[in-house]
Amino acid sequence: MTATLNTTSETMPPMVEMRGIVKRFPGVLANDHVDFELRAGEIHGLLGENGAGKSTLMNVLAGLYKQDAGTIKVNGNPVIFSSPRDAIKAGIGMVHQHFMLVPSQTVTENVLLGLDEPRFFMRLSEYDSRIAELGRKFGLSVDPRAKIWQLSVGEQQRVELLKMLYRGANVLIMDEPTAVLAPQEIEGLFNTLRAMVAQGKSVIFISHKLNEVAAIADRVTVLRRGKGTASGVPSRGVTRQELAQLMVGREVVFFVAKKPCKPGDVVLDVKAIHAENDKGLPALRGLSLNVRAGEIVGVAGVAGNGQNELSQVITGLRKCRQGEVMLNGDKVSNRDTLFGIQHGMAYIPEDRTHVGSAPNLSVTDNVIMKNYRKSPISKGGMLDMPAATKFANELKQAYDIIVPTVNTPVRLLSGGNLQRVILAREISGQPNFMVAVQPTRGLDVGAIEGVHRLLLAQREAGAAVLLISEELEELLSLSDRVYVIYEGKIMGEIQVGGAEPNEGLVEVVGLMMTGTPLEQIRKEGVAA
Amino acid sequence: MTKSISRPRWTGYRIKIEPRLDQPPGWYPAAVSVGAIAFALILGGILIAIAGGDPFLSYAHIARASFGEIGVFSDTIVKATPIILAALACSVAFRMKLWNIGAEGQFIMGAFGASAIVLTPILPPETTPWLFIPVMAMAGMAAGAVWGFIPGYLKAKYNVNEIISTLMLNYIAIAWVNYWIFGVWTEGGFQMSAKFPETTWLPRLSDYASTIPILRGLTTHLGLLLGIVAAVALWFVVFRSRWGYEIRLIGDNPRAAQYAGINIARNTVLVMALSGALAGLGGMSEVTGVIHRLQTAPLAAGYGFTGIIVAWLAKLNPLVIILVSILFGALILAGREIQPSGVPKMIQGIILVSLIASDFLLRYRVRFVRDSADTDAEE
Repeated sequence: MTATLNTTSETMPPMVEMRGIVKRFPGVLANDHVDFELRAGEIHGLLGENGAGKSTLMNVLAGLYKQDAGTIKVNGNPVIFSSPRDAIKAGIGMVHQHFMLVPSQTVTENVLLGLDEPRFFMRLSEYDSRIAELGRKFGLSVDPRAKIWQLSVGEQQRVELLKMLYRGANVLIMDEPTAVLAPQEIEGLFNTLRAMVAQGKSVIFISHKLNEVAAIADRVTVLRRGKGTASGVPSRGVTRQELAQLMVGREVVFFVAKKPCKPGDVVLDVKAIHAENDKGLPALRGLSLNVRAGEIVGVAGVAGNGQNELSQVITGLRKCRQGEVMLNGDKVSNRDTLFGIQHGMAYIPEDRTHVGSAPNLSVTDNVIMKNYRKSPISKGGMLDMPAATKFANELKQAYDIIVPTVNTPVRLLSGGNLQRVILAREISGQPNFMVAVQPTRGLDVGAIEGVHRLLLAQREAGAAVLLISEELEELLSLSDRVYVIYEGKIMGEIQVGGAEPNEGLVEVVGLMMTGTPLEQIRKEGVAA
Repeated sequence: MTKSISRPRWTGYRIKIEPRLDQPPGWYPAAVSVGAIAFALILGGILIAIAGGDPFLSYAHIARASFGEIGVFSDTIVKATPIILAALACSVAFRMKLWNIGAEGQFIMGAFGASAIVLTPILPPETTPWLFIPVMAMAGMAAGAVWGFIPGYLKAKYNVNEIISTLMLNYIAIAWVNYWIFGVWTEGGFQMSAKFPETTWLPRLSDYASTIPILRGLTTHLGLLLGIVAAVALWFVVFRSRWGYEIRLIGDNPRAAQYAGINIARNTVLVMALSGALAGLGGMSEVTGVIHRLQTAPLAAGYGFTGIIVAWLAKLNPLVIILVSILFGALILAGREIQPSGVPKMIQGIILVSLIASDFLLRYRVRFVRDSADTDAEE
């Protein structure tokens, strides 16, 4: 099949051609001169880490965003989309990660929603059979009369696909379609996509999962931090290691000078924990790790492999079904969050605005979040406001928090400043253990350095630090040991402390991040 | 993130609305509120004029009828007293984003609890007021607290929507009190209880007229003091206590509160019970300060619902609630003077909408810009 495809694609213009696409958001360059090309009848994988700019690029193609620069051609004709309606008219439809369906309505009603038909009389039975017919043609079996809420997530995804096919889409953009699916549903989806391609449709498959892209895509485009690192390479001709490197980058930009590690006793001991995510699917499957006093231990992995759930189980925000987490010999899992706080645990959550701070409360109110129960802030059930203000002003000075007064609500602070507020609060409690999740996400270089220095200072002060990050460079330069997490399991553990991170190390970690256990790599060797 | 409203080209200007990125100065919110009330009064005046009335005369009359002399001002205060307590009740629940719209029912249950002390009777009629009043206040608060506890517990334990449950409990409270005054404590078959003995009445200013003649005829009662003390105490609880800090943190970001180790379920129950207790104290104050008997109609007069509005207008600040309640007491009183219904209610509504809409000016900055300028600022 691929052979015939190649001959046609050389004579015909590409189905979709995007050149030099630039899209800026306040403070972020989401797409920086990205090229993308889709041929007729192919499945094209769009690969990249979270925040690499994949969804932004495809939202531009689907008419949701307008590019700041660059051109789009469909079948060789330049197009300008100002709404998804324009895109669908040109035959481009997008299935979003979060479905846009009305739960109380039937499949047929959802497919017809927003169309001009039926014009007046709702003779739905006629449309039911038409939609069932369409479903049969593309291998999307779903009962047209079923209500959406009765359907499984996989079936709902088929309804989204039917919506696009019914509107005459020839190019189907699937945004992280497997993120919500169970393994057997993923196989079903892949069959559907293959069936659609066989019928002449083209598919863009957005994912950060290497294995899936390698399994389904004919060609691959890789994005990294808003830039294309590979454009339309055939997936047969590229190894998984190469893809992993294109995704996470091979260069180690900065190497942080640090004193040799003097690990002490085990502070945090995670013993074979199992936990579910918000959707009730298993997120952690028998994960174990430990952190000693005076060391930084990194957890590397592509987003969504259980990192969030891990930090939540450790801090008591999520229950674990099996196993336990010990902090200095005390059980902290399945206990109140307060227990950990009172036993010297600090937590820098990934989500600064929604978890780590109260946006409309003042800087003072935000920095006392962990110590308002203790003297000198607390005085017999009342808060000593002068003491709290003094404390806030001390932190403001010590951590360079740039804010007119400590009475300013924190929603007015920049990302870097807000992160300093959170770090100041967590570190000022002199923790013996700290979990930091993506502590530098979205910060500029200066702020990143500041965060790194603070984390290293914690290590030197003898605290145990668990650093969960998707920034491989950051992990390798800060950590003494790194665990690699994949689908809720630890793929392996590597010592990095002391040695300057090299390419071989990055390669091994990259392989583990995509699901190869360390033992297997050792047996087979890294050589590609 | 800039929205602009295009104007017809010939004006040459365009209105641009931008979110505020800095904090406005301290006087600004108060100035905006005063501006909004002034705007509302002007708009109301125009409508009065259209209806054929003289706006200046009408406003002068309203002012006279509510603030004109000490006697009517005292009546304004009497109207404001139950509103203060009901609004305090709403404010503490709203602070935690618990939408307690059952202050009405909690208020009625508070009146019932206080009345039960007299009517059962738990204390004999000749008991000294020094004992009677504190016991009735406690009973009123306890009954109100129970009426707040129920939806709070259901919310904390089973995630039952408190809007629905508190609203429904209002009707149950009315039916409950009706049962007692129709069936058990009825005064000769009428739907009211017997008049309470004077030992249970909250002292009024007029009680001291024999020594201070100027107080003659003034009906302001001890409930006002209860309201002020409750407001000050609540201010300290919310802004200066550990518990209040937890309430504010949960209200602003429950996930951050959870992260800080705060027990949200327990606070849900406690805050709802406190809210109910404050409303219950309002009911006790009204039944022992004004009505002097248990009767549904004057109790279920909408104080609990007015409290919702007043709490919002005061931006949930307990001290500001006192002032706003007096304004509303005046509008209720003076409204009856000029027209039984219609214009005064309309003015109330316009003030309310203006004040709520003026909040927009605190969060956004409105600018007029020349059309030619910054066309490039568009996407």
